[in-house]
Amino acid sequence: MPEPLLEIDGLTKRFGGVVASDGIRLAVAPGELHAIIGPNGAGKTTLIGQLTGELAPDAGRIRFGGTDITRLPAHRRSLMGLARSFQITSLFLDFTALDNVALAVQAHAGHSFRFWRNARRERALREPAHKALARVGLVERAHCIVASMSHGEHRQLEIAMGLATAPRMLLLDEPMAGMGPEESQRMVALLRELKGELTILLVEHDMEAVFALADRITVLVYGRVIASDTPAVVRLNAEVRQAYLGEQEAVIRHG
Amino acid sequence: MRALANPRNLVVAAILIFLALVPVYAQARANPYLLSLFTRIIILAMAAVSLNLIMGFGGMVSFGHAAYIGLGGYAVGILAQEGITAGLVQWPVAIVTSALLAVVIGAFSLRTRGVYFIMITLAFAQMIYYVGVGLERYGGDDGLSIDRRSQFGGLFNLSNRTVFYYVCFGLLLASVYLVWRLVNSRFGLVIQGARSNDRRMRAIGFPTYRYRLVCFVIAGTICGLAGVLLANHTDFISPATMHWTRSGDLIVMAVLGGMGTVLGPVLGALALLLLEEALSGLTEYWQVILGPLLLAVVLFARGGIDGMLASLNRA
Repeated sequence: MPEPLLEIDGLTKRFGGVVASDGIRLAVAPGELHAIIGPNGAGKTTLIGQLTGELAPDAGRIRFGGTDITRLPAHRRSLMGLARSFQITSLFLDFTALDNVALAVQAHAGHSFRFWRNARRERALREPAHKALARVGLVERAHCIVASMSHGEHRQLEIAMGLATAPRMLLLDEPMAGMGPEESQRMVALLRELKGELTILLVEHDMEAVFALADRITVLVYGRVIASDTPAVVRLNAEVRQAYLGEQEAVIRHG
Repeated sequence: MRALANPRNLVVAAILIFLALVPVYAQARANPYLLSLFTRIIILAMAAVSLNLIMGFGGMVSFGHAAYIGLGGYAVGILAQEGITAGLVQWPVAIVTSALLAVVIGAFSLRTRGVYFIMITLAFAQMIYYVGVGLERYGGDDGLSIDRRSQFGGLFNLSNRTVFYYVCFGLLLASVYLVWRLVNSRFGLVIQGARSNDRRMRAIGFPTYRYRLVCFVIAGTICGLAGVLLANHTDFISPATMHWTRSGDLIVMAVLGGMGTVLGPVLGALALLLLEEALSGLTEYWQVILGPLLLAVVLFARGGIDGMLASLNRA
């Protein structure tokens, strides 16, 4: 097995008496699409927060590309090639779609203490941004103000901003949240395209999508990893079925 | 591309031409008061332009911006008192001390957000204010007269009111141009991105704190220079120059004129100070009229005066 791109070992985070991450251990191989699932309150968001550098773990280590990043601030992790999307859409609402993506490109194009030249005319920033927009199917909307775009388009834009920086790993926090069935399908198709090109860590509630896309699935319950394996194996795992899947399936079937 | 000759640009051009001709008109009417009034407006407009850089574009609502006006003024006043009247000494000293003060204030206040940021900038400004009050040697509470304006040898004579007006006007235009270049540059986009969504900026790889700090220092420095001009204009400096109500005036100018546009604060300064002038001529209780007027602009014209003009373009 190749050296994992992302390695989490013994990651622990407590909020008062609640252990939100309880010795989490998992590895993501390069090129893999690794999904993380778990019922509400399983600690997925807490895990993401620690991976991106917004939360400091109480114990444990995170290694990315062989480097210990446990204590690095968020912007340094991004510069190392760990891009993320947000669960609740987090964009520059008063900018155009192209401006949003171009800013992501700019973040990775050296320092920004450049005070004089008009950045909106720099092809080195605009062209990669255009490409990323084209990739997610938003190129006709490039000059729209983001606040006026639909929720589904916002989710696509989140992905474009992640892609624009040519990351080594994409961390997607519920990219399908709040999407209609049609939009979801488009997102699944996009993720399927990206799979193989990029290593992806996908946190998602949509079981159908997860089982269709993932190479490996890690199941979190009460902050603990109860399974981490291929979809086929995880599907048959009794503990997982009891903790999570049965309940979800019932919802899907009868809800 | 929008047409260059739209209503907003025409109004702005008319105002700039008018400002350029004020000394001619004042001379023709033999009205030195008019020239003095507009000199003051232009200087405070420059301060408002600098505040707008951090507040309108950077989302950093500084409630202590007048501190730099005071500092720039005191640099001129204190040096003059000690016999140093050379502008080539006074002005750089004022600029450097303003920048240093902004580094200190920014380093602390930019670690906070929202109301806390406002309160910390206010607290620093109040500290500087009381330092001014405590300067017994330099007049304390009563302030300090400046007997000679900054000397620039044979280059230009600031005691000539027309020359002084054009120096101020030139520096205002230079500040506006500088801010315009800045906000469209890579640096400016980082500043505006951090206003819009700082968390996202850090997630895509920007260490936003240092960019915001540099922006804060640039604004403080421009405002310090406005303070140098104001002290030269009034031939006087006192702690009242940096009273917190002055910081409030600057905020009102930026909001009234239109935050987030480069020229908005100039329009705001013109509108506020001319209104003050006109209304105080009408009645002693002019603030009773001015208050509701400001409220109306804030409530009904979101983009301020500049926003109203821009909406004419679409009509």
